[in-house]
Amino acid sequence: MNQTVSIQKRPPAQGTDRTTIVLLAALVVLLVAGPLLPRWAMFMLNVSLSWGTVVLGMLLLMRTGLVSFGQGLYYCLGAYAAGALHHFYGIADIMVMLLASLALAAAVAAVLGLLLAKYRSIFFAMLSLAFSMILFGLLVKTSALGSTDGFGLSAKTLAGITLGERWERYALFATTVVVAFCAAFGVHRYLSSHQGRLAGAIRDNELRVEYMGASVRRVIHVNYVIAASLAGIGGGLVGISIGHVDPEMAFWTTSGEFVFIAILSGTGSVLAPFLGATIFESVRSFAYEYSPNTWQLILGVTMLLVIMFLPGGLWSVFTRRKAA
Amino acid sequence: MAVVLEAKDLNKNFGAVTAAANINVQIGRDSVVGLIGSNGAGKTTFINMVTGYLKPTSGSIRYLERDITGLSPRQITRLGICRSFQIPQLFGNLSVYENLQVGVGVAARSARAKASATAEEWEEIETLIERFNLGGYRTHTAGLLPEGTRKLLDIAMAVAGKPQLLLLDEPTSGVSADEKFRLMDMVMSALKVQGVTVLFVEHDMEIVSRYTHRILAFYEGRIIADGEPEAVLRDAEVRRYVIGEHAPMHQDDGATNHG
Repeated sequence: MNQTVSIQKRPPAQGTDRTTIVLLAALVVLLVAGPLLPRWAMFMLNVSLSWGTVVLGMLLLMRTGLVSFGQGLYYCLGAYAAGALHHFYGIADIMVMLLASLALAAAVAAVLGLLLAKYRSIFFAMLSLAFSMILFGLLVKTSALGSTDGFGLSAKTLAGITLGERWERYALFATTVVVAFCAAFGVHRYLSSHQGRLAGAIRDNELRVEYMGASVRRVIHVNYVIAASLAGIGGGLVGISIGHVDPEMAFWTTSGEFVFIAILSGTGSVLAPFLGATIFESVRSFAYEYSPNTWQLILGVTMLLVIMFLPGGLWSVFTRRKAA
Repeated sequence: MAVVLEAKDLNKNFGAVTAAANINVQIGRDSVVGLIGSNGAGKTTFINMVTGYLKPTSGSIRYLERDITGLSPRQITRLGICRSFQIPQLFGNLSVYENLQVGVGVAARSARAKASATAEEWEEIETLIERFNLGGYRTHTAGLLPEGTRKLLDIAMAVAGKPQLLLLDEPTSGVSADEKFRLMDMVMSALKVQGVTVLFVEHDMEIVSRYTHRILAFYEGRIIADGEPEAVLRDAEVRRYVIGEHAPMHQDDGATNHG
């Protein structure tokens, strides 16, 4: 026993870990390769990384033991916040639009989180779903916001710098890459902080967490706001990228797709949601291209295969190899 | 004697059932106090009231001269009262190290220390691992540990909160007879280093008489004896209602049912 103790007697390595290295490498590669990418690939990566950012928030909630079936609420709010700035005030700056997405989603989550932090399991899932459907209903009935059609938007500047048509697309791509990187790095650091580590503890035993002197409800509330902020900013990015927002973004099927990606990805690493979102987006695009009437079938089969052979999600491919 | 904990006229009723009746007790600093009594005598109810899990129906609890009656478990933990559980309450999917890391982390957070892992925190965890002899289980999943080790981890997690008053609920229940003393020796020597006042619930009279300075004997929610272990264990009422020595069955059927 003493031998084991003496072997382990060194503080854990500080500094850069493997996840951070992969994140940094991905950041550099994507930023450098961006201008060389064909238009379709850039668009697909834009959407995948934005969705990955949304699912990253879900990873945080799932680590806390909660599955939200209503992230579409914040995804849609983020998109509409960005869109409304352009639509009503003519503001077309990517940074300002994304800040609005983030702020609106965080503010709404701060209020709704007070209520949601009291619920667990299916009740949490259904209540979050209910809120997203309320937003859907409101948007559909609001003609000023385009009702079921929504409205268009576009971004022309980045932090006040006017972009030519040639750079517009790359600027949005680079912003998406940087946002996704910051989100992943931030969540990664957060999960290794005192507060972040409580996520897994809460999932396992709330009673003990309270008896250790931490507030379960407060941690859940904070994690919920972080998840919503990520969904908001992801929605803003997708809105700008597609150039259009509509109430479907708050519809339950959108939230369902986020749950789909989260299960597909697994919660093993902050990198998993981006991998999962990219695979989901690729499978969906190609399935739609080659099998326009039965593309859902292909997605369903993919999901079935993952659940049967990789119950811990795609990320377990990497952790399994490590364990072997 | 500096008083750490004081209960005054403490009562707790669950409907018609009296779980605590008129409990008046003072616990001095650095003492080790054993709580004994048959099942349903009110020992755990007392611990649950002190740690804030249950609110007393009437009466007050003071900790270091501060009224803590009705505070939540979280607030009470932050004041320096920690507890372990009869059934270990662990984070089953986390490793032993991570379990302790959460405990040390929460304590550091309450003390407004740095937000992330530091060498100091690591050292604290290592000390706990060493004191509670958990070195061989560092990376083991807590949910899969043997019962005695689960108990040790549960107590180590309570100690991670740097308590001044520690309440242990049946630390040796579920532990094999030959492991009991080894476990208690380890726990008590670890706690001695920390300078903690300890209150523990126990059914094993050998354990109680060996490790405590004082015993509180409970029966039907009341304290029927309070004093040094030898005196309490000799007390006629304690022998009858707690230890279970009875007059012959045919003479006193009613009393035997309580034992």
